[in-house]
Amino acid sequence: MASLEPIAVSAPPGRGRIAWRRYFSNPLLVTGTVIMSVVALLALLAPWTTSYDPYSIETLNRLQPPSGEHLFGTDQLGRDVFTRVVYGIRVSLLVGASVTAIAGAIGLLVGLASAYSPVCDHIFMRICDGLYAFPSILLAISIVAIMGPQTGNVILALTIVYIPSIARIVRSAALVVQEKTFIEGLRAQGAGVFRIMGLHMLPNVLSPLIVQVSFVFAVSILTEASLSFLGAGIPAPEPSLGNLLLDGKNVIFKAWWMTVFPGVFIILMILGLNLLGDGLRDFLDPGAGSNKRFAKRKNAVRRRRRRSD
Amino acid sequence: MSQAPLLEIKHLTTKFSTEQGIVKAVDGVSLHIDPEETVGIVGESGCGKSVTAESILRLFDEKTTEYGGQILFEGRDLLQLSEEEMRKVRGNRISIIFQDPMSSLNPVYTIGDQIMEAIRLHQRTSRRQAREKALELLRLTGISDPERRLRSYPHELSGGMRQRVMIALALSCEPRLLIADEPTTALDVTIQAQILELMNELKEKLQMGIMLITHDLSVVAQMCSRVIVMYLGEVVEEAEVTTLFDRPLHPYTSGLLKSVPQLDGRRKQKLYEISGAVPAMHEVEACCRFAPRCPFATELCRSKAPSLEEAEPGHRVRCWHYKDIQANGGGSDGSGLLVTA
Amino acid sequence: MGPAYSSPHEHPLLQVEHLSKTFRVRSRHGWRKEQLKAVEDVSFSIYEGETYGLVGESGSGKSTTGRTILRLTEPTGGKAFFQNEDIFSLPSRRLAFLRKKVQMIFQDPYSSLDPKKRIWSSVAEPLAIHKQGTRKERKERALELLGRVGFSSRHMDRFPHEFSGGQRQRIGIAKALALNPKLIICDEPVSALDVSIQSQILNLLMELQAERGLSYLFIAHDLSVVRHIADRIGVMYLGNLVEEAPTDELFARPLHPYTRFLLSAAPAPHPRLKRERIILQGELPSPVNPPSGCVFHTRCPHAAEPCRQVKPADREVSSGHRVQCHLYGD
Repeated sequence: MASLEPIAVSAPPGRGRIAWRRYFSNPLLVTGTVIMSVVALLALLAPWTTSYDPYSIETLNRLQPPSGEHLFGTDQLGRDVFTRVVYGIRVSLLVGASVTAIAGAIGLLVGLASAYSPVCDHIFMRICDGLYAFPSILLAISIVAIMGPQTGNVILALTIVYIPSIARIVRSAALVVQEKTFIEGLRAQGAGVFRIMGLHMLPNVLSPLIVQVSFVFAVSILTEASLSFLGAGIPAPEPSLGNLLLDGKNVIFKAWWMTVFPGVFIILMILGLNLLGDGLRDFLDPGAGSNKRFAKRKNAVRRRRRRSD
Repeated sequence: MSQAPLLEIKHLTTKFSTEQGIVKAVDGVSLHIDPEETVGIVGESGCGKSVTAESILRLFDEKTTEYGGQILFEGRDLLQLSEEEMRKVRGNRISIIFQDPMSSLNPVYTIGDQIMEAIRLHQRTSRRQAREKALELLRLTGISDPERRLRSYPHELSGGMRQRVMIALALSCEPRLLIADEPTTALDVTIQAQILELMNELKEKLQMGIMLITHDLSVVAQMCSRVIVMYLGEVVEEAEVTTLFDRPLHPYTSGLLKSVPQLDGRRKQKLYEISGAVPAMHEVEACCRFAPRCPFATELCRSKAPSLEEAEPGHRVRCWHYKDIQANGGGSDGSGLLVTA
Repeated sequence: MGPAYSSPHEHPLLQVEHLSKTFRVRSRHGWRKEQLKAVEDVSFSIYEGETYGLVGESGSGKSTTGRTILRLTEPTGGKAFFQNEDIFSLPSRRLAFLRKKVQMIFQDPYSSLDPKKRIWSSVAEPLAIHKQGTRKERKERALELLGRVGFSSRHMDRFPHEFSGGQRQRIGIAKALALNPKLIICDEPVSALDVSIQSQILNLLMELQAERGLSYLFIAHDLSVVRHIADRIGVMYLGNLVEEAPTDELFARPLHPYTRFLLSAAPAPHPRLKRERIILQGELPSPVNPPSGCVFHTRCPHAAEPCRQVKPADREVSSGHRVQCHLYGD
């Protein structure tokens, strides 16, 4: 029997190296990760990068503009704004990461179940439709209002709000995978539902899931900041970027630094995460999205007759 | 032939810029089609036959595609025309039909709308005249109950009927040349027979030339007067159809002919295999492109690329050793050739 | 009810009797549910070591037939026996037995492998599903099977997208062999492949059959391919098995008008051969609304009164040659 050569990529230069090359040729992805890495590092190293206590009040030092001593100035209670911003970023990232992880996990399960079983599909999707009908902020506010303003409840509220969007994406992707012949092949071999779902469908829906999840991260940061700004989120005096904006609202013309710096970091994180999400989409699935040229060649080579009986 | 050819392609090259670099999907292809002749282009995936067809009509995105050579049609080089002038050619002087009729028709418009749109794109007619013409075209392509079909949507028709509609669309402006890219591959064999017969009738009635692209050698045997065999972007053999089937000179052609089970061949025998598979387009080197799979390849084949030679009038082949192979009895009867294990 | 024809001395490996499958589909207008008779009263047998070809065009029900045997679709009527065991009434627990003995190869090589799994893992999967061997043993067996179909060890860790269609089909074949089945259902295994690759796959299938005593249910629409590989052929039209005969006999003496039509429609392989073409009127009727009586009568050049009224019974015209047509009645 003649030995075969794999055709498409003969002797690839190591799968790792191809991945690096593709990573660096993707400006969105690179920028996104750089931004988020810087921000995350800043937040992680908070105890070392800041020299002040975010809670200590010094009424003598109120509303000082940015200086060598206070990089971002001080707020109306004399607290160092830079320190509070950094701790605020921590809260944003914590909330964002938690919501993303939990909503991601639950959304994944709901999506897979909906794709597999029409009964689950009806039940879950109607619930999601109901949740979708609410503007996310209002829904989050209601939940926090009922449960009380605490970091944990904020995370809970946002998780509930964002599960539907993740479930939907997973469901669509799972429906596509379900149609593929290899799933039927697995059933023909005797594989059970859980094996098919866990070992085969899950890995194949990970790409769209990851992309969606990065957008959910971004929007949870924004929503958390909005909630805190409205006083329905992280309770004062714990610093949150939204809280800081609320503090700065009344003195916006006298002490611009209290508004500008938190605002800039919110924008930076949203931007970074969105770029990351877009970049990941191109990176993980070269045939989708804006890279139409590649998709056309892929399809031209793959055009084959289909017979259905 | 004393007539001037209808279409003459001279050294066509089509290059795409892709993520893996520049890919030359078509590399120096020359061929011609005479008026009222059906020429078959045969090859497998990656040989460039579809790209050649679509290059004639310049259907690719010109930001990432580069064409070379000349395509002479009705006294002009199509590759030199402006986009505006090209649009007057497409669907009007040269039409193309594709393999999958479902995705070639817009599902949200009726058949009638689509045919009438095609007509009115190139001819100044009133709606009523266009509708009359559409009805006539449907009758011409053998569609029963044309009035009702005009109001139907694509998904209401069967595959065979949709392909007839595609043909009607393609012929709406009475083109001189019809390019058919695997027109029957997605159809059942019984419908295929009807469509092929229809194409023959229409060719005579409308005095068109047909460029028939397919991978099915039997279709070629029944439909074409001349055949061009392509491999990896090049023409490897060109001949009149009977000559090609009786005396194939290129090892790829004879390999193809021998590897397909025939209805009159010996059953249950091990079929001839062309070893290996078609390599990816961007991996070709400066030697005979078929050498890696050729049972007769020598050092010469692996180091220098042969050019297309005229072995006998009307029969061209791209191979260093075709004379020796033929002398040793290689050919469609299978003697003298190794069966690779 | 027993089989409708005389069986040779051996007992068949697979015996299908009066198989039916009706789908309930939403009608085009959306509010009604209609019956789609995909398979209607089909009976045939497959013996050990033989290849049974099932031919037909789209809508003939041949793929559906193959899928009901593996219970990928549940049949709505009829029985099937595999090694004398009634497979349609097996509870789900016992289906594992069936799925070890009967495997399937699919048509589309581009979607028949999990893109996220390395090929050795896909080939070893059936063993993992049925809990056979340790992980190491499964990997070794996968390597062995892949080697048999032409891969070398450096291909093991690659992913499906790195291979061509023909190679992926080989991987699918290796996967199907993993559990040492007795019967493999091949659903259009070469239709989506290039012409020069088809012969490689067909040769591989024939070799494996000789080596391992496999039986194949070879479902295809390409007559020349089926003729080459099959020992006996069944012809299906609109869900009915209209004719069945040993291959040579079917091609030498096709009895059913549809079979004759099918044979004449295939283009002759040489320019000098011209076939006598039988022109068939009309289009394929919809399986939702099949014609009364003989399902072929709307297009049959020999249709007569009884054809419109009465469905012809299965008649054995000569040894092993059955046909469902009033022309061959009493």
